[in-house]
Amino acid sequence: MTSAPLLEVHDLEVEIPVPHGNLQAVRGVSLTLAAGESIGVVGESGSGKSITLRALLGLLPRPAKVVGGSILLDGIDVTGLPEKKRRKVLTEAMSMVFQDSLTALNPVMRIGDQIAEVPRRRLGMSRSAAAARAIDLMNQVGIPEPERRYRAYPHELSGGMRQRVCIAIALSAQPRIILADEPTTALDVTIQAQVLDVIDNLRKEKQLGLILVSHDLAVVSQTCSRVYVMYAGRVVESGNVRDLLQLPRHPYTFALLRSVPDPDQPVHRLLTIPGQPPDLTVVQQGCSFAPRCAFAEPQCLAAEPPLMTAPGQRDHLAACVRLETAPRWPSWSQEIPSVPAVEEVGS
Amino acid sequence: MTAITFPGRSTDSSPERASTRAKKRRKRNVPLIAGLTLFAVIVLLAILAPVLSSYDPTVPDLAHAHLAPGTDGHLLGTDYLGRDVLSRLLFGARIDLRVGVTAVISPFVIGTILGLVAGWFGGWLDTLIMRIVDVVVAFPFYILIIALVFALGAGTGSIYLAITMVGWVAYCRIVRGEVLIAKEQEYALAARASGLPTWRILFRHLLPNVVLQAIVYSMSDIVLTILALVTLSYLGLGVPPPTPDWGSMISDGQQYLLSQWYVATIPGLAVVITGFSLALIADGLVERFDQK
Repeated sequence: MTSAPLLEVHDLEVEIPVPHGNLQAVRGVSLTLAAGESIGVVGESGSGKSITLRALLGLLPRPAKVVGGSILLDGIDVTGLPEKKRRKVLTEAMSMVFQDSLTALNPVMRIGDQIAEVPRRRLGMSRSAAAARAIDLMNQVGIPEPERRYRAYPHELSGGMRQRVCIAIALSAQPRIILADEPTTALDVTIQAQVLDVIDNLRKEKQLGLILVSHDLAVVSQTCSRVYVMYAGRVVESGNVRDLLQLPRHPYTFALLRSVPDPDQPVHRLLTIPGQPPDLTVVQQGCSFAPRCAFAEPQCLAAEPPLMTAPGQRDHLAACVRLETAPRWPSWSQEIPSVPAVEEVGS
Repeated sequence: MTAITFPGRSTDSSPERASTRAKKRRKRNVPLIAGLTLFAVIVLLAILAPVLSSYDPTVPDLAHAHLAPGTDGHLLGTDYLGRDVLSRLLFGARIDLRVGVTAVISPFVIGTILGLVAGWFGGWLDTLIMRIVDVVVAFPFYILIIALVFALGAGTGSIYLAITMVGWVAYCRIVRGEVLIAKEQEYALAARASGLPTWRILFRHLLPNVVLQAIVYSMSDIVLTILALVTLSYLGLGVPPPTPDWGSMISDGQQYLLSQWYVATIPGLAVVITGFSLALIADGLVERFDQK
């Protein structure tokens, strides 16, 4: 609590001009990240989580642009800096790990050279020092026999090894924050766990801040201490992983949790969230989740609810008018009839 | 061939195994080897022209004009001025290959750089470069080349210049298209995210990924350039006589096509064989480097 936040984002807004208006991809997102902390950003496709990450690095795809909000590094606002300077400050502080390690690596460059590139070019190391650093980094991310693999090309490695290479590249710039955009989505589950372990250990060891973007609540709950749930370009709920998973205060989080199978519960039909996310080119009236919400009331359509603190939980925020009644929402086993697995096969 | 696969083998992706696989593939690359061998033979013949030919290719010998192949030591006969066809063919190869290869280098470099820049930066720069390309493409290739060489005056210097002015557009288009695809790949984004300077991203990360198609095209472009040179010489705008080159040999020989068909046909065949060897090299390069 005493350490000043490493990164603060206030009311970030990103717009994408499209032929029929402006798509408001990110609508007032605020995040804080302390050194050594790991936060998760969860949401379905198109909820603005990847765009938020890219906005942090100043690498939005054209024609998207930041139209509001501020980014503070160590309490210093970098938003006002000229574009080039800002990008320099941001890229020096943060590194990114991408979803698909096959496309994130240059296919015609040896992996060792790719890891050594930033130390050599940006940190000004000699060729041999940069190569030694690359081998050291490969050791740190758990690549066996790094001297031999230094000269391999990306397609010669397995998916898990490639993602480790990507992590090594991210670390090579000596960042203080790692942005991970669905780093394990392209991997199978056992490799997923290994890669998450690598990231998590390095975070603890080097006191890095980690922002993990994922659509997988299980991945986030395993790695992160706090979670932000995004829907339609906004944060709709945030808080401790435990609080949020045990007692979600926003119906969207609630619905997300119920759409994941729970091995501890009797077999039941997985619940889906009906409908589709709203069209973000249209200015929203009221809560953007209301049209899909099972608990929606007339007042939900009146005004978009702000993030409010849940009663009795200081760090737990939710943007729902009924967050106080959340404890009485139906839980897993109640009200949802459990369906025996045998019947499922027949139907 | 056995149906049993060993668990350790099927999924092995260790580097040295992959590289032996690559070596095997290189060994089997018949088009590349055949093309390179054929082209090397042609180049060697051109280099050794003074040794291999026993006659001066430029000195007329009217007493021995119109000789059939094989007579009096003239292996491929003589032309209407009594010059040895084989000697002219070998010395002509020197000119044609030199012009063909060097006249491809500058359009290749200029077109590739402009294509990289246009594709990467987009916006008004892209629009400007591509409109210039459109203007050049709007004219038929030969008409533009002939007009330019005519305006600049005959000779190899103007041929280089004219081919550069017209030829770069093809490379520019090819590379720009590849860059548009490549820059959407995450490795381009990752390179930007790691804060590398733009020129380094362009030349170290994008160029090696986009240049293959341009190299493949340059192989056929060499043939195209030799053909252009042949055409220009045929029209009297190429290499000034009496310097031998395949184009002027064809143009000289065609007057005697009915009585001595081989005088025009032999240099024509030389063009075809050179083109064939380069096409094989292009094919082989695709097979060797394309991972898709």
